[in-house]
Amino acid sequence: MKTVKIGLGTCGISAGGEKVYRAFQDELKDHPDAFVLKETGCIGMCYREVLVEVSNGNGTAHMYGEVTPERVGRIIDEDILGGATIDEWLVSGEDREVGFFDRQQRIVLRNCGIIDPGSIDEYIDMGGYRAARRALTQMKPEEVIDEVVTSGLRGRGGGGFPTGTKWKFTRQAPGDKKYIICNADEGDPGAFMDRSILEGDPSAVLEGMIIAGYAIGADEAYIYCRAEYPKAIARLRQAIAQARKNGFLGNRVFGTEFNFNIKIKEGAGAFVCGEETALIASIEGKRGMPRFRPPFPAQSGLWGKPTNINNVETYANVPWIILNGGEAYAKYGTEDSKGTKVFAMAGKVKRTGLVEVPMGVTINEIIFDVCGGIIDDKKFKAVQMGGPSGGCIPASMCDIQIDYQQINRTGAIMGSGGLVVMDETTCMVDVAKFFLTFTQAESCGKCTFCRIGTKRMLEILERITAGEGTMEDLDNLDELSEQIRAASLCGLGQTAPNPVLTTLKYFREEYETHIKEKKCPAHVCSTLLTYTINEKCTGCTVCKTACPTDAIFGEKKTVHMIDQNKCIKCGKCFTVCRFDAVVKD
Amino acid sequence: MAEQTTDKFKPFNVDLWKYDGQAGALIPLLQSAQDTYGYISEKAIDYISHVTGIPSADIYGVVTFYAQFRTKPLGKYVIKVCNGTACHVNGAKGIADTINDELNIDYDETSDEGAFSLLSVACIGCCSLAPVIVINDETYGRLTPAKLRKILRSYKQKVKKEAQTATDQG
Ligand SMILES: Cc1cc2nc3c(=O)[nH]c(=O)nc-3n(C[C@H](O)[C@H](O)[C@H](O)COP(=O)(O)O)c2cc1C
Ligand code: SF4
Ligand code: SF4
Ligand code: FES
Ligand code: FES
Repeated sequence: MKTVKIGLGTCGISAGGEKVYRAFQDELKDHPDAFVLKETGCIGMCYREVLVEVSNGNGTAHMYGEVTPERVGRIIDEDILGGATIDEWLVSGEDREVGFFDRQQRIVLRNCGIIDPGSIDEYIDMGGYRAARRALTQMKPEEVIDEVVTSGLRGRGGGGFPTGTKWKFTRQAPGDKKYIICNADEGDPGAFMDRSILEGDPSAVLEGMIIAGYAIGADEAYIYCRAEYPKAIARLRQAIAQARKNGFLGNRVFGTEFNFNIKIKEGAGAFVCGEETALIASIEGKRGMPRFRPPFPAQSGLWGKPTNINNVETYANVPWIILNGGEAYAKYGTEDSKGTKVFAMAGKVKRTGLVEVPMGVTINEIIFDVCGGIIDDKKFKAVQMGGPSGGCIPASMCDIQIDYQQINRTGAIMGSGGLVVMDETTCMVDVAKFFLTFTQAESCGKCTFCRIGTKRMLEILERITAGEGTMEDLDNLDELSEQIRAASLCGLGQTAPNPVLTTLKYFREEYETHIKEKKCPAHVCSTLLTYTINEKCTGCTVCKTACPTDAIFGEKKTVHMIDQNKCIKCGKCFTVCRFDAVVKD
Repeated sequence: MAEQTTDKFKPFNVDLWKYDGQAGALIPLLQSAQDTYGYISEKAIDYISHVTGIPSADIYGVVTFYAQFRTKPLGKYVIKVCNGTACHVNGAKGIADTINDELNIDYDETSDEGAFSLLSVACIGCCSLAPVIVINDETYGRLTPAKLRKILRSYKQKVKKEAQTATDQG
């Protein structure tokens, strides 16, 4: 029997996936025996959503992209019933989308976009829970930890601390009550890896947590998940209930002496709560403020007990490592960085979506080989890695490998996996301002330099992008950065200057052009632009009415013009024009 | 059964408190209150204080710390503009400007008749559709100011019609 599988990851749903699903459901009423309808999580090719995979029941399958409810009828008639694939809608098979999957190595995403995340049976069919069974019934906790140490796995939440070592510390910490926490707060405002994993393969994360609990001797766990991710939370609840029913959670897991329970805590929307000590305060019901470390959570964490906290992707790696061995994992990657890394690809790249590559590939390989290069073949300018704590790496340096040390050397960080590609139409001063606006708003306010210093920096950046900056401002930015870095308690403050420092380092002339020539070379900073009206103008007079300074003139139904002496560059005419006739330069 | 108060307060899930019986349940309690009423009123804070014994001022401190909690009700149509990195570099500012212009509301504001509220959110996970907005549960992607204006006008029409029906029905 044929199977129709619909990608209902976040992006799939946003692109109308549920409507396509319902259209297939309707068809099922007319042809109940023609096919089985299933859903799955993020397939990775978000740029071609809505994605529909048709499997023929004999092991072969093909995938359609950009499916709409209107296209469903033809897929049913020609393909499902008629047995002929519709070539012009195909995204996979033959020579299509060359490279997107070949260069990837899927360990974390092994089931994402393949299984129905609502079915524990499908997870088990793919080998799920075998690793936990093996660990609990055949391995000593120390052996589990050794395997993770051998794998070389480092925390994927941004810090990159060796996971095996962290587990060892928590195991060795005195006390018989210990906790496991999964950090699913995903604070980077340009990233969706953890969300896609939770929505696409929630059981993999639970299994990793069970193994961690056994290894360190914890019987209780929390998943701290953003409340903005309702679907991930629903998936987790479902997966937890099913695991409990199967005896993978609760008392006497797999018939052993080991008891383990997982609870979900919804985060309430504060970036700083991704920081581990703030996260713990938040689970305890307090304002999520970081505290000084040491003691680290491994010694004194939740309710003062030893606590092991890891990121979603970190846990999702663990079952694979236990099943295949630490050495198999360590075969991927570089000397310093082992295994794979998931990236959420966004920005000006052709194939946006979720990719997982072995460490050691170069940034250029990800952008050009996996993701097909820059949209409209514009000029590649930089990538931003690590979100508000990270930095911009210029195109000229993108032959470096995905490796903690190599990336740190540029001034950026590996981060949690947001990779935003920028082209010649992105203004680097504006990007720095964007991140600083974010960190400034999210500073918890405990440290003066983080609170006031970021505000001062933001004011400077606002001046520069308004054409009112001076060259001294650049030195002040450097100086403030140093002070904030040195005088902040937590990573938020310590890393907040990174986006500014990296852009200053690699794109200094762009700052200088804003200051000296009062121009934004990328045409982004609105007050530095010149607005003109082109021949697309229909003379509708809408811009003329909207202009606050009467700078626009022209008769009804004739092309309008802008008096540059009167124009205050507010951009109103640009947003009100319905004919794209106002252009900025 | 959840405890009742004297006014016409619908009881939200105070049982959460009884389950955990520890301070950690304060945030879930607030979330439950917000789910029930759409926002956290002073009354809700006093009520939670009464149930838990936590001083109102401390609860207020927690409410204002987290972006999720609102102390004012939202409009009928809640417009969330994604200001994640990908949407930002793809022109989220022009999107917000268009909404300001068309509906006359800024971030964290609600239009006079309570029809529209405007919020800013971080990445909503569909960067491939950037720039993106969400109106209630419907996502609109690959927006341009012109495309957005059409969408907003259709919502304005809807609001007008709904108001009309309401007056017709008396
Ligand atoms: C301001 C700030 C925000 C953070 N946000 C996150 C986050 O969203 N997700 C995450 O996993 N780690 C985040 N971290 C890192 C955590 O503090 C912690 O190092 C991590 O959860 C440990 O897990 P790992 O070793 O598996 O990476 C953040 C750190 C800081 C300083
Ligand atoms: S560095 Fe900033 S966010 Fe971190 S504790 Fe200090 S004030 Fe709060
Ligand atoms: S940018 Fe503003 S001031 Fe200038 S012409 Fe357009 S509407 Fe008028
Ligand atoms: S959400 Fe569908 S492919 Fe990513
Ligand atoms: S940044 Fe807007 S959806 Fe990701």
